[in-house]
Amino acid sequence: MKLWKTILAAAVLTFAAATSAFAARTDLVIGIPLEPPHLDPTAGAAAAIDEVLYANVFEGLTRIGPNGEVLPDLAESWAISDDGKTYSFKLHTGVKFHDGSGFSADDVKFSLDRARADNSVNAQKGLFAQIDRIDVVDPVTVKITLKNSQGSFLYNMGWGDAVIVSPKSADTNKEKPIGTGPFKFQNWAKGSSITLVKSDNYWGAPVFLDKVEFRIVPDAAAAVPALLSGDIQAFPFFDPDSVSQVKGDPRFHVVIGSTEGETILAINNKKPPFDKLQVRQAISFALDRKAIIDGASAGLGVPIGSHMSPANKDYVDLTGLYPHNIDKAKELLKEAGLEKGFKATLKLPPPSYARLGGEIIASELREIGIDLEIVPVEWAQWLDQVFTKKDYDLTIVSHTEPNDLGIYSRKDYYFNYDNPAFDTIIAKLNLTSDETKRKELLGEAQKILADDAVVGFLYELPKVGVWDAKLQGLWENAPIQANDLTKVKWTE
Amino acid sequence: MTAYLLKRLIIAAVTLVLASMVVFAVMEILPGDPARLMLGFNASADQVELLRNQMGLNAPFVLRYLHWASGLLSLDFGRSYTYSVPVIDLVRERVVVSLPLALIALALSTAIAIPVGVFSAGRQGRAGDALAMGAAQLGVAVPNFWFALMLIYLFAVWLRLVPAGGFPGWSAGAWPAVKSLLLPAVALALPQAAILARVARSALIEVLNEDYIRTARAKGLPYRAVLWRHALRNAMIPVLTILGLQFAFLLAGTIIIENVFYLPGLGRLVLQAINQRDLIVVESIVMLLVAAVIAVNLLVDFSYAVVDPRLRGRQ
Repeated sequence: MKLWKTILAAAVLTFAAATSAFAARTDLVIGIPLEPPHLDPTAGAAAAIDEVLYANVFEGLTRIGPNGEVLPDLAESWAISDDGKTYSFKLHTGVKFHDGSGFSADDVKFSLDRARADNSVNAQKGLFAQIDRIDVVDPVTVKITLKNSQGSFLYNMGWGDAVIVSPKSADTNKEKPIGTGPFKFQNWAKGSSITLVKSDNYWGAPVFLDKVEFRIVPDAAAAVPALLSGDIQAFPFFDPDSVSQVKGDPRFHVVIGSTEGETILAINNKKPPFDKLQVRQAISFALDRKAIIDGASAGLGVPIGSHMSPANKDYVDLTGLYPHNIDKAKELLKEAGLEKGFKATLKLPPPSYARLGGEIIASELREIGIDLEIVPVEWAQWLDQVFTKKDYDLTIVSHTEPNDLGIYSRKDYYFNYDNPAFDTIIAKLNLTSDETKRKELLGEAQKILADDAVVGFLYELPKVGVWDAKLQGLWENAPIQANDLTKVKWTE
Repeated sequence: MTAYLLKRLIIAAVTLVLASMVVFAVMEILPGDPARLMLGFNASADQVELLRNQMGLNAPFVLRYLHWASGLLSLDFGRSYTYSVPVIDLVRERVVVSLPLALIALALSTAIAIPVGVFSAGRQGRAGDALAMGAAQLGVAVPNFWFALMLIYLFAVWLRLVPAGGFPGWSAGAWPAVKSLLLPAVALALPQAAILARVARSALIEVLNEDYIRTARAKGLPYRAVLWRHALRNAMIPVLTILGLQFAFLLAGTIIIENVFYLPGLGRLVLQAINQRDLIVVESIVMLLVAAVIAVNLLVDFSYAVVDPRLRGRQ
């Protein structure tokens, strides 16, 4: 009798615990592959910083939405002058920083002035280059005057590097970030995890989760058992090669979305023989994009023909320009006087798309007589040798910044590409805010890059997300590198 | 005995100084710029230069070395470039993971290896010996990350006895913390135990062929007593040498296992610092490890003196 009672009590307890867990789950553990070096989005380029803090802890005047659209954030509305040079932002009232201090137009002025100051080490200082002056009209109105009208200004203000910080905590955000967002920072166990909790005095729509832990899982092989055991419930950036292990499992959602990561075979345009258009075009004809995507990204990823994401509204499909055609490639090499082929090096940074893709590309180029020596490098070496010193022939890298067509007009950029016609278009684009006109210019720019075969355009990096099937609201696409948790909730 | 100790200590000090020079020079030659790494693709050259100045990277090589080395002498290990916190704080956070992990793994491997070694040596050439040494061979051959993954699937995914990885921190309580170190400790200990068992076995077999063992047997001592009391003690020197090396390895050479179990250990900190060119962190931690290895070797040297009375008299 006594035993029965014990069993009954245990059963009741278990049942109660189980039902309450189902009703009120408000915690989440998210796996991220890289640990942020620090927690200040205005002081570093590492994507891992934004992946934890963007939209969760820090907010800007505007923000980027799940599909790359510009949304109001701390600014509830804005008015643009007819010449496109003056922006008047109307700010939300009742906004508080996590340390309890109030937010006002002064903080906007402080943050943006800090980001564009001479001694600023903001990694995206270029975003603020057109700002001429910032005036505080009243506590909830700020007026920004630009040197020239700039089509992308509202988008630029939505970057993680343009978030609004408080003068009181600006210098300590690296260790203890204080923003205005729906989540506040709680704890950083270095090497292990970063914990955010719901902020009680948030000005906007309340979030559903009470506690979020970002756990650092550097090894792709460890991600699968972490999901299966339930230790970690979501990997928004999952390794494409491991997808097959969880794909058929009804407990998980596998979501394949797009990124802004144009994966390219970058070419040193000034280094012979790559300074010849025929050689670069021959390379483009020799590439079999399908085989590269299959081998380097587990078949996930969309081929591209120029430097623009197929998910972008201004995308022009140029993939038909250089179909896989070995004969055509050989012919072009012959025209360039290189029918006997030549030797070159291919420097590969650590990501698997580069290391795996590099092997395939080397074998494809061997078919037309280009003999590539593969040189694996780590990121620090890559940045030093390839990016800074331009000491390379070919390399593979994914350019994950959104709307970054302008890099091809930068003097001294590592492509060593120089085309005045292209520069003119980019200069015009920077001054244009009319949508149809912009679309036209962006189309022209994409076309020029493809015609010049500046680099070998390979494919758009996929965003592979895997998470618990009961979880809702995580981003499908990655228009910017972020894990926006403001709409995330458990169903049931 | 004092002279022996003194000589060892002087050698240790000279080794430390030389190591500090080599470590600093190697990190200097390594291509890569921490400032560029922090600022990424879009920053201009001027901005990178600005950050280099702020980080103190533009001072001359010798000056930076002297500054760093003199800091080490007063136990000031400098500040991390990327984390911008004192290196010693980073180390302290990691040591509380790496040291217990190394100790558990070492205890496990010794507890397995010595009995297996003794068992095998006692049955040299017989079935039991072949079986034990076959298992040891397998233990050496199996890659430890694969073994670790198998352990995870069995104990974390299927049986759900332990977490699949991660470290909750000692603040979460001793048992949850130890629990998360158990699988990695087993994964680390088994290959080590396999090596140690083989060393113990061959050392014992050599000793068992000595004349004094025959004498001990002849005077009527039971075999078991001969094995454990006379033979094992004399076979300890090679075993201790390997044990010392293994401990040094376990402290920082466990990067792969730390990655598989995503543990915030010293190995991963060093790897991450190398990737981010956080030079000061790499240099200071490598020096700490050099010091730890030297200390362990000193301890091993002293323990030789304990197990082998002849060494005590040697000058």
